[in-house]
Amino acid sequence: METYPPHPHPQEMETHLVTLKINGEHHSINIRPWVSLLDCLRDHLDLTGTKKGCDHGQCGACTVICDGKRILSCLSLAVMKDGAEITTVEGIATENGLHPLQQAFIDHDAFQCGYCTPGQLCSALGLLSEGRASSREEVKELMSGNLCRCGANVGIIDAIMQVKDGGSDE
Amino acid sequence: MNSFKFLAVPDVPAAVQLSDDQPLAAFIAGGTNLLDLWKYNLAHPTALIDISQLAALSELRELENGGFRLGAAVKNAETAYHPIIESRYPLLSKAILAGASAQIRNMASNGGNLLQRTRCYYFYDHQVPCNKRVPGSGCPAREGYNRMHAILGASEACIAVFPSDMCVALAALEARVNVSGVDGERSLAFADFHRLPGERPELDNNLKPGELITSIDLPEKGFPLNYSYLKLRDRHSYAFALVSVATALEMDGNTIKEARIALGGVAHKPWRSLEAEEFLREKTACRETFAAAADIILKGAVGLEYNHFKIKLAKNAIIRNGMMALDPDTQLPGAQPSM
Repeated sequence: METYPPHPHPQEMETHLVTLKINGEHHSINIRPWVSLLDCLRDHLDLTGTKKGCDHGQCGACTVICDGKRILSCLSLAVMKDGAEITTVEGIATENGLHPLQQAFIDHDAFQCGYCTPGQLCSALGLLSEGRASSREEVKELMSGNLCRCGANVGIIDAIMQVKDGGSDE
Repeated sequence: MNSFKFLAVPDVPAAVQLSDDQPLAAFIAGGTNLLDLWKYNLAHPTALIDISQLAALSELRELENGGFRLGAAVKNAETAYHPIIESRYPLLSKAILAGASAQIRNMASNGGNLLQRTRCYYFYDHQVPCNKRVPGSGCPAREGYNRMHAILGASEACIAVFPSDMCVALAALEARVNVSGVDGERSLAFADFHRLPGERPELDNNLKPGELITSIDLPEKGFPLNYSYLKLRDRHSYAFALVSVATALEMDGNTIKEARIALGGVAHKPWRSLEAEEFLREKTACRETFAAAADIILKGAVGLEYNHFKIKLAKNAIIRNGMMALDPDTQLPGAQPSM
């Protein structure tokens, strides 16, 4: 079992054993208390689909689904997620191919550079399972935590509306 | 780097004892503000005491006096969407949902919402003085770009504003804050929880060192029929308020029996005027009445170079939100102006 960060800290610091179920797979790691869930996923577990944008909770690029709820992995400590079940963008496709939301993003040109897309997808899946949004205005309001600097927002909302309404474009 | 230890505790007494033993430790529940401050080198805890799983802090329940208790570690989203909050305290639900983003509301705790720090840009900038960050160093905001800053209750030392939306509704509803420390438990009226900056802007509230918020109690009266939360900001969603207004009315026909109005984004704490609320009693609810109340609320407001517009904006927001409270069903997602 490895310890992250791997380099010895000048001051001897404790590590904590954390067990996470990520995309259906169990992972146990020893981790320093200040490592964010985001850094844990990307740097230790090589799950680099989740992106680091601002690292301050302002952009939503790091959004993952934790115990059924969308959260920001950059403002979560891995040590506080012991036992949690986490879904990242790597875990949303099905055996039969892309998740319908991923296909809808393609259909609606819902990205350009793609950097915000993993966070947009996880956030939108959270929104769909919450069931709090019925109108387009409500979807926009509840997706406001995910910024897209390319300006693909119209396509993103179109894609979510399509999946929410079971396939229709309106 | 700012390293810290992580400490698990079994219950509230153990948490407050540990906090008393380790004055440089901090409690962590949601962490959405604390970890951000830590990354900005503004918080330097030597240890984090994890209170996120404590059973005593995790309840949402009705009280014998007819009120409702919000556990300090319960998430903002869970609180806002609770059926009793939605039906009996819809003003609180709307205010919570106007703040932050869906992800942050899934993470942030109720107690932490009260303890979030100002978003004054000078507070975050280590290159410049700030009396809140380094007491006695000065305040560049007063002569600087002060668009987001206070128009009420500010001091020479500090013109920062308190950023919460949830707390604006809690102020209007006259919630109480229950805290626990090594010397025992006490309960503070919401108006006495946060403080004005005065000469000590480094202190945001009246918690004693080491004290822990355990819960927030709502009184029985929730103003479910006539209420509105209006939030005006520089972008449509996911931004802090320039001005926000929580209005709760008890009506008899078109006559106001009781009114509560609290402002956000204008002062170092949610701002209320008991004089204005008394003035509204037995008055007919109309634009002119709310305008007169707004003049009382904004008495003594001081505008600076870039925020003087907020005085007029606040007046118009108070009038508009009073009218919106008469017809709460017109409210739009994100506490946008609807009429």
